[in-house]
Amino acid sequence: MTRSPLHDEHVALGATLTQFAGWQMPVRYAGDVAEHRAVRTAAGLFDISHMGQIAVRGADAAAALDFSVVSGMARLAIGRAKYTMLCTADGGIVDDLIVYRRDWDHFIVVANAANVGTVTEELSERCEPFDVAVENITHEVSLQAIQGPKAVDIVTEMCELGGDDVRALKNYTWCTALLRGDVHAMVARTGYTGEDGFELFVTPQDAVEVWRLALTTGVPYGLMPCGLSARDTLRLEAGMPLYGQELSLSTTPYTAGLGWVVQTGAAKELVRPGLNGAVAFTDERIERGDFVGSQALAAAKETHDAWAADPASAPHDARVLVGLVGQARRAARPGYAVMVNDVEVGVVTSGAPSPTLLVPVAMALVHPTARAVGTVVQVDVRGRRESMTVSALPFYSRAS
Amino acid sequence: MSSVPADLLYSAEHEWVSGDVEPGSVVTVGITEHAAKALGDVVFVELPSVGDKVSAGQVCGEIESSKAVSELYSPVSGTITAVNEALSDEPAAINDEPYEGGWIFKVEVSEDIELLDADAYADHIA
Repeated sequence: MTRSPLHDEHVALGATLTQFAGWQMPVRYAGDVAEHRAVRTAAGLFDISHMGQIAVRGADAAAALDFSVVSGMARLAIGRAKYTMLCTADGGIVDDLIVYRRDWDHFIVVANAANVGTVTEELSERCEPFDVAVENITHEVSLQAIQGPKAVDIVTEMCELGGDDVRALKNYTWCTALLRGDVHAMVARTGYTGEDGFELFVTPQDAVEVWRLALTTGVPYGLMPCGLSARDTLRLEAGMPLYGQELSLSTTPYTAGLGWVVQTGAAKELVRPGLNGAVAFTDERIERGDFVGSQALAAAKETHDAWAADPASAPHDARVLVGLVGQARRAARPGYAVMVNDVEVGVVTSGAPSPTLLVPVAMALVHPTARAVGTVVQVDVRGRRESMTVSALPFYSRAS
Repeated sequence: MSSVPADLLYSAEHEWVSGDVEPGSVVTVGITEHAAKALGDVVFVELPSVGDKVSAGQVCGEIESSKAVSELYSPVSGTITAVNEALSDEPAAINDEPYEGGWIFKVEVSEDIELLDADAYADHIA
C-alpha cells in the first residue's frame, strides 16, 4: 500500500482513509456533502498524489506522442494541455489522459492511478522507434488540486512570484510559479470537478509545505480539504467519465460521447527549434499522420453516426453513454440494469444522489434507441424499479 | 475512534438498541457512529412503516449516502411502533447525533434475542 507524501496531514485532519488503486487516500474529512458544497461555492483542496505521471522527453517526443494517442500532440503549444485518450489498435480505451506540453521536446502525461503501469508500458512500446524516453515519475511528483470559484484568489495569493501569470491562465494551460516559502510549482488550470480550478505539481519533499500553505491561505475563503468521495460526486455532476466505469477497453471515445478527442484534420505544428533556439509553428497546416487506433476509430465514428441517424438499426448490444436523472429518491449505482418496457437496454456506470441538484443522477451505457433526452427508463435498484429520465450531460455547469 | 455508549446494546450489522429487549417492551433503534462514519453523509433514509412486522436480521429499510447505500436491518423481532419522520428532512442527524436525534425506528419486541454489549461491539469493530 503506497502512502501519499501527505499521509500524516490527512491523519492529523481526521480523514477517513480508503484504499484506491494501491494507494491509501482520504475518502472524506468533515463530510462528503459539506466538501462537495465547498467546491461548488468556495474551494476545495484535494490530494491527488495517486494520479500517475509519465514524462515523455526527447527530440521526437511530439511525434512519438502524436503516434501514440488519439489527439494531435505536435500541434499543442508549449504551455497548453490537452485531454486525450490512449486507445488500442481496435479503438478500445486504455486510459484517458491529460497531456501537458512543457517544452518542444518535453511532455507530462497524467494517467489514472490504476492505469499508470499499463500506460507507461504501452507508451514505451509505441515510442520505441522514436528518439524519446518514457519514464513513470509518479513518485517524484505530488499533485494537489485546488478547485472552486475561489481557487483563483487562493492560488494567486499562495504565489510569491507568478501570481499574475496564474490569474491569467486560460483553461487547459499551465505556468510555473514560485510559491511562498520558495517552493517551485507547475500550476495548471485543469481539474475534475466542473469548477474553475488548478492542479499544482510539486516535489514530494515540498508537498506538506504546499498543502499547509493552501489550507492557511484558503480556509479564510471557505476552502475545505476534500476526499475522493466528494471528488467522485463532483465529477459525476459535471458529466466527466471515470476510467473503469464509463470508459474501458470495450468502449471507444465515441461510445462515451467523447469522439471530439480524436483529431484527424490538419493543423499547424510546432517545429524543433533551429540553432537560434526559437520555437515556432509551421506556416502551413500539416495533415495528421497515422496513430494507433486510427482505422478502428474512423470505423467507430461511422458506426456511431449511423446509429445516431437510425437508432433502431443498431445491434442489440450497441451502447452509448447517457445521463439519467431520478424521479424519486433512491439512487442508481454502478452495475444496475436499465430497462425500457421490461427489456434490458443497458447498465448504470456511475450514480449517486447529487448534492447540488438534490436528485439522484447517474451515467449509463444504453442502446441508442433509449438515448433521446426525455426518454423514461426504469433502473433496477436492488430489486425495485425506479423511474429515471434521460438527461443531457453535464448535469451541472458552473456559471461562466 | 467512534463512540460506543455503554448503556446500549448492538447488533453485528451496526444497529444500536436502547431499552429492555424483552417481549412487550418498546425499544429504540438507530445505527452506530461507526456505521454512520463508514457510510459518509447520509442523504436519504427509507424508513419502515408503523405497523410493519420485522424479524431480527431482516432488511426493513435503506440508508443512502452520496458514496454508498446500506441496508437497514432490524436488530430485533416485533412490530414497528414509530419511525423518525424528521430524518426525511434532516437525514444528516444520523451522522451528527447517531445516538439521539438520529434514531430511526421503535419496535415493540415480540421475542427475546441476544445482542452484543458495548464491549463486545467495540471488539467487533476494532
